[in-house]
Amino acid sequence: MKKKEPFFWITVSCGLVIMAFILLPLIQMLTAPSLSMLKETIQDKDVVRSIWLSIYTAGLAALIAFVFGTPLAYLLARSSFRGKQFIESIIDLPIVIPHPVVGIAILSVAGKGHWLGQIFNELGIRIMGSVTGIVVVLTFVGLPFYVNAVKNGFENISPRLENVSRSLGASMFSTFARITFPLAWRSMLIGIIMCSARAISEFGAVVIVAYHPMIAPVLLYERFEAYGLKYSQPVAVWLVSICLALFLILRILTLRNAEKT
Amino acid sequence: MIAIENVNIHLGEFDLRDINLTIEKNEFFILMGPTGAGKTVLLEAIAGLIRVDTGHIIVGGRDVTSLPPEKRGISIVYQDYSLFPHLTVRDNITYGLHFHRTPKDEADKRFDRLVDELDLAHLLHRLPINLSGGENQRVALARALIVNPQVLLLDEPLSALDPGFREELRKGLKKLHQHTDVTFLMVTHDFSEALSLADRAAVMDGGRIKQVGRMKEIFQKPESTFVADFVGMKNLFTARFRGTRAAINGLEVELGRSPENGHGYIAIRPEDIVLSREKLHSSMRNSFRGTVTDVTDQGLYYEVSIAVEGVTFKSLITKSALFDLEMGEGSEIFLSFKATAIHTF
Repeated sequence: MKKKEPFFWITVSCGLVIMAFILLPLIQMLTAPSLSMLKETIQDKDVVRSIWLSIYTAGLAALIAFVFGTPLAYLLARSSFRGKQFIESIIDLPIVIPHPVVGIAILSVAGKGHWLGQIFNELGIRIMGSVTGIVVVLTFVGLPFYVNAVKNGFENISPRLENVSRSLGASMFSTFARITFPLAWRSMLIGIIMCSARAISEFGAVVIVAYHPMIAPVLLYERFEAYGLKYSQPVAVWLVSICLALFLILRILTLRNAEKT
Repeated sequence: MIAIENVNIHLGEFDLRDINLTIEKNEFFILMGPTGAGKTVLLEAIAGLIRVDTGHIIVGGRDVTSLPPEKRGISIVYQDYSLFPHLTVRDNITYGLHFHRTPKDEADKRFDRLVDELDLAHLLHRLPINLSGGENQRVALARALIVNPQVLLLDEPLSALDPGFREELRKGLKKLHQHTDVTFLMVTHDFSEALSLADRAAVMDGGRIKQVGRMKEIFQKPESTFVADFVGMKNLFTARFRGTRAAINGLEVELGRSPENGHGYIAIRPEDIVLSREKLHSSMRNSFRGTVTDVTDQGLYYEVSIAVEGVTFKSLITKSALFDLEMGEGSEIFLSFKATAIHTF
């Protein structure tokens, strides 16, 4: 057998260190709470309510990203125009802005001092401390992940397929419905997963806009502050398990359909 | 059938300028030119996929310049065939019928005829990913023709295929054209392909049309150095014309006619230059003694370079002729060509 060079062993050991770095804390956290404690936690109404709130606000954020982000992603994938890179950088902005800053930025337009806040106020829409506020924040942080994933998906579909479809008599709308959408929906699903995964993990921005109603990460933080590590761990385990299960189901659904086509 | 009038297209770095072209009904017209000449852009403009800045495109007597692609009745087959990957061969072929109000029996008749003619019956349930290059091409043709287009645009449909298959599919394409009354407009950069398929052709370069005419005309009477070079005029020289004679660097050739005096070009096809060991006694008015400087294998033929008073001519000869002439680099040889084989422009 060929003797492996020292360089090979350096790459392997770095890999092992990183694996351990990621997995050790996670495994420790997941195995720390006893089963009875886990059971007790999931019977706690506050915990269930917060996890559910987390999931459905993140889901709503992904839905909003789907509705508004899909046409934009298509535009960015298909056309080139002056200032396109500028628009792409704007879309990436929420990724690089520190999370609490996002919360403060949203509050500054939602307050009564701002015309937008006044319109909201007259319409009876409350951002501060409301589910609406949480969804707004989660959409803000999740949108770039959706738009980028779907833009890549559209870019991978040859415009020639659309050209052929149109030359055969299909309008732009029929072409999108019959050709582009069926070929891009997988990337949309990936975009939805990425967007909601990002949204569900948000803490810093949400805690500024809405401490109550409590999403799971905020509840986690509160339990940690008030009762310590031991009482926050079971909540964390439930949150992580439920999220992983949801993403796994979505992934399996996508892959199964991928094999069909 | 198709009339393109003063079309100009500006696309970033690239321009199509002053395109004028008329294509007759049921013609097999070919658009030739090197890569980057603008052939595909012109094709997509005719299909309505690229907007024309100025000028008009008229198809079947109707000005379609401002119509969207779906209203033009023009089908397109791309080089990569662009079959819809998520649809079966059957669904690919029948795709266009969703958007045309074709009576069911008429649609079925067309479908059966195309499936039969293009030999697709055994592929109907397959997805495009499981098809060979030739099968892809046939499906793309069926899909384009089932909507009974006025014009079929073909963008280098043969270049993605194995050379062995190309010949067969070229014949298939020709047969298909003869069996329909659809006007075919095909883009290629392969001159021999054009020669075997087309009635008439246009040669494009740098976003302009360089020459339009019958295939034979373009081949025999190229109007510019670019066209001459493109159609394989290997012997292309700058010359000075005086009376019926032309001087290439001091070597005088007889033209048998008198072009306008002054500077110009002359071109001679390599297959029109005859080589011999002895001076030929024939009607050929130009005969020179030269030295072989190079012999290269071109597959079926050998290309022989012969230097005559500092001018290098190229001739194509068969392998057996090469042996008969017993020549190699450095051999002395006679070359002859008719005055009528010389093209001037």
